[in-house]
Amino acid sequence: MSELADKTAGAGQGTHGTASGPKIIGALKDAAIAGVIALLLAIPILSFRTIPGDGGLAMYSRWREVAIAVAAVFTGRLLLNLFWWSQSGTPSRTKASALKSLSSLLSSSTRFIAPAVIIFAFLLPFMPFSNRYIMELAVLVLTYVMLGWGLNIVVGLAGLLDLGYVAFYAVGAYSFALLATTFGWSFWICLPLAGILAAMWGVILGFPVLRLRGDYLAIVTLAFGEIVRIVLLNWYTFTGGPDGISSIPRPTFFGLEFKRFGDNTFAQYFGLEYSSLHRIIFLFYIILILALITNFATMKLRRLPIGRAWEALREDEIACKALGINTTTTKLSAFAIGAMFGGFAGSFFATKQGFISPESFVFLESALILAIVVLGGMGSQIGIAIAAVAMIGGIELFRDLAEYRMLIFGLAMVLIMVWKPRGLVGTRTPSIFLKEKKTISADLVQEGHG
Amino acid sequence: MSSAMLSVKAVETFYGKIQALRSVDLEVRKGEIVTMIGSNGAGKTTLMMTICGSPQARTGRILFEGTDITAMPTHDIMHLGIAQSPEGRRIFPRMTVVENLQMGSILNKDAEATFDEDLKKSYDLFPILKSRETQRAGTLSGGEQQMLAIARALMGRPKLLLLDEPSLGLAPLIVRQIFDVIRDLNKNSGLTVFLVEQNAYHALRLAHRGYVMVNGKITMSATGAELLARDDIKSAYLEGGAH
Repeated sequence: MSELADKTAGAGQGTHGTASGPKIIGALKDAAIAGVIALLLAIPILSFRTIPGDGGLAMYSRWREVAIAVAAVFTGRLLLNLFWWSQSGTPSRTKASALKSLSSLLSSSTRFIAPAVIIFAFLLPFMPFSNRYIMELAVLVLTYVMLGWGLNIVVGLAGLLDLGYVAFYAVGAYSFALLATTFGWSFWICLPLAGILAAMWGVILGFPVLRLRGDYLAIVTLAFGEIVRIVLLNWYTFTGGPDGISSIPRPTFFGLEFKRFGDNTFAQYFGLEYSSLHRIIFLFYIILILALITNFATMKLRRLPIGRAWEALREDEIACKALGINTTTTKLSAFAIGAMFGGFAGSFFATKQGFISPESFVFLESALILAIVVLGGMGSQIGIAIAAVAMIGGIELFRDLAEYRMLIFGLAMVLIMVWKPRGLVGTRTPSIFLKEKKTISADLVQEGHG
Repeated sequence: MSSAMLSVKAVETFYGKIQALRSVDLEVRKGEIVTMIGSNGAGKTTLMMTICGSPQARTGRILFEGTDITAMPTHDIMHLGIAQSPEGRRIFPRMTVVENLQMGSILNKDAEATFDEDLKKSYDLFPILKSRETQRAGTLSGGEQQMLAIARALMGRPKLLLLDEPSLGLAPLIVRQIFDVIRDLNKNSGLTVFLVEQNAYHALRLAHRGYVMVNGKITMSATGAELLARDDIKSAYLEGGAH
């Protein structure tokens, strides 16, 4: 960690002398180089803007913006050189240790943070600042938290790189939608059925890829995700093809519906005034509980032989066999259980939207869920939750910035991978403890393994 | 010495079209330490893996305590009471030492009851592991990892311990220490050991009987002392000598 920080700061450090005179010159030189690089980058990116005018595109130059950008880079680099990187003899140490202590604080205080966050989540709908927008965003974030935790079983614990996780999300959503619209069954009956069907598809995917690992597995799962989407798109008589499935029934609260009019509505029964917010809050609690179930199931499984076998499988498959672990059932169970949670999330998505179509299950979704798992630190429950909040919340937060949103998003991912290559919480908590709980420091964990 | 615990009869193993083992016959009796020596690529590890069913023998039979295990899946073979410390140690690097040992206890049916006792035994054999208990196994030194691999195999309370090159890449002092532990285990608890080694001197001194493998074929078999005394063995495997 500190080595890495040394390297990143190295560019700035290398030019410093010990005396203050050469130091300033060095800093100026370094800042000038950064300025030139910024200029070179700014010319193609910033200097011209095309605006559709009469009879074609008109080009406007924007040299003022270029000058501002270059000046900002120059000053920023100079200030960093003078005040941040060279405060003491070993400047990067403090930064590195600060980062380290932050992450160890994060992982050591999980015990207190987790219950606090859960309580906060349960109270969220009643907070003074919560409104329709916040509740809808929270539902969205929690869906991804749940998907992240589900995929974590496959990728983070069992170490099977799955690029087609959205397929199970789709299977869950379509199973739910078809069961509910065809047979008229309620949400609470269809939900477990959709989970079971998704788990079944997990096993179906699992069988042909039993012998694959790493890159090869990734390609096959990627193809599987696309196959599922394309089948959904083309099997018109069954899935409605691109038209999707509409009027999917909404979940009911012990048979009470969330409707404005009707005999047996939630608002009527409790003597409340009808508000469309009730339904969103209800959905929020459903997904919150589903996500928490996913979390507790994962934590429980990690302590059971099957969960340990998953982790051992990620570490070394041959050693697993030598210890009498049946790697076939271990892999299939990881696929099945991961897929099941994906299926639950899919059913929830279908009932929330009321309408589904293959467009919702594109590869980008798989990539997003995988990014959440990787950024959160593979295998870390809390890290994944933080990453989901940051990613989904971040995408929403920068909505006003239109096309720059993806730029910021990409930049943030690069920065996290530079500073925290094992993800936000790159520590692995042992599943058995002797006297005290000890975490495995991220520094001791090699990148790219697992 | 009683009857054969493990017997390998006319076993041939192929990797695709390439033949790795040629009609191998071998026997390990209860309570014995048997070694197989041979140079790089002779087929020692292939034999070890064939006994474990990965890859499976194309012809011939392998019997363990009278059960034909030739075509059994690996995990079922291991559950019969065979434990392996594989080539290259293959510990679980991100798991702690104690978690690694716990993975070993999967093979023990009464692990619930005997885990603490077995854990203590492991630490008695290799005291260094006790002090590394909660450390990530990947941070151990090579010698410590080898000790962990052996301790992990023993956690399953095996009848037969298969050791694949435990001396690989280790300092002579550590090699001696590990071989001493194997000797003690055999003497005190009657553990049957099949050891595959390149380090012929140490292996033959330790073993009751030895086999020599050349190009997938067994060319010689005798007691360890006899093999050690032979000139052709000395010149082929002990050049540079006893260290």
